[in-house]
Amino acid sequence: MTIALSGKEVGTKLEEKFPGSIVESSQDSLLVKSEFLLPVATYLKDTPGFDFDYLACITAVDYSDYFEVVYHLTSLERNHSLVMKTRCYGRDNPSLPSVVSLWRGADFQEREIYDLMGINFDGHPNMKRIFLWQGFEGHPLRRDYL
Amino acid sequence: MEIDIIKKQVYSSTEIDRVEGQGIEALKAGSQQVIPDPDEWLEQERKQAEFFEINVLLTSVDFFLNWARRSSLWTVICFPACCAFEFIATSASRFDIARFGMENLRASPRQADLMVTAGTLTWKMAPQVKRIYDQMAEPKWVIAMGACAISGGTFAQSYSVVPGYNRIIPVDVYIPGCPPRPEALLYGIRMLQDKIAKTSNILR
Repeated sequence: MTIALSGKEVGTKLEEKFPGSIVESSQDSLLVKSEFLLPVATYLKDTPGFDFDYLACITAVDYSDYFEVVYHLTSLERNHSLVMKTRCYGRDNPSLPSVVSLWRGADFQEREIYDLMGINFDGHPNMKRIFLWQGFEGHPLRRDYL
Repeated sequence: MEIDIIKKQVYSSTEIDRVEGQGIEALKAGSQQVIPDPDEWLEQERKQAEFFEINVLLTSVDFFLNWARRSSLWTVICFPACCAFEFIATSASRFDIARFGMENLRASPRQADLMVTAGTLTWKMAPQVKRIYDQMAEPKWVIAMGACAISGGTFAQSYSVVPGYNRIIPVDVYIPGCPPRPEALLYGIRMLQDKIAKTSNILR
């Protein structure tokens, strides 16, 4: 059984390494500032003891005031997992750093989030719609769509 | 992150996407009205009854042609969603669609004369389905299988789903259900065969 790491414990360690990077952390998850997303993700992937070599899933939630993007990380080597979240503000052109350079599996999922939620991922090699066609207006999973 | 040269071919060019998007938008704009069901066979049936009195030879040719056509319907593969499993069950040993002379599933539309539209159709998939239909040789028939194929079903109000196959292709037989049981599909196929039997080919 995969062990879910405590977001609080991981958050404390990350706060020592990257001061000011963690907004809040709980037993289930930790919330990272978006400008620290890429360094924190690199650290989680490459540090022995964490070894998050597998990105199980990315998803996004629309909370009207902000978008929250959720990263489900898993370590196949150490058999533990972690839920990392980040927020981006603004509805016109919200953007986050892309993690494709770390986990290639993020490629299609970030495109899906761009397609349905309208979040741009900076640094993604192929940022365009994946399910809907080019020329479709709007991002249908947003709360204010229709 | 730049695209590596070696991986560049896995990403299609944006020009292809733009052309595809234009095609989909054009098809969507041209498909706002429902295509009426092909029911001229009702009129033909009446004429056939009249002509039966004066010309036995032609009706016999009709009978033979219709018998040949309805007894060996070859189905083109158009299974976009979950109704396909009911179709697979129908074609497997328990329900055995081969009893009605149609165990052949054709990957090529040129060798098929029946399209069983088993599943939800999205606008992005619609040009391909229309192309498959256009490539089928005459005479050809369409069975709309399941709620999604009839009206869009649960997804009728959705932003991406075609509300019924009859927006893009004419439909002969509708089979309700979500999904229809194999018995219902077989019944629909028998109905189509009855319909083919009543078609007049010579007096057209």
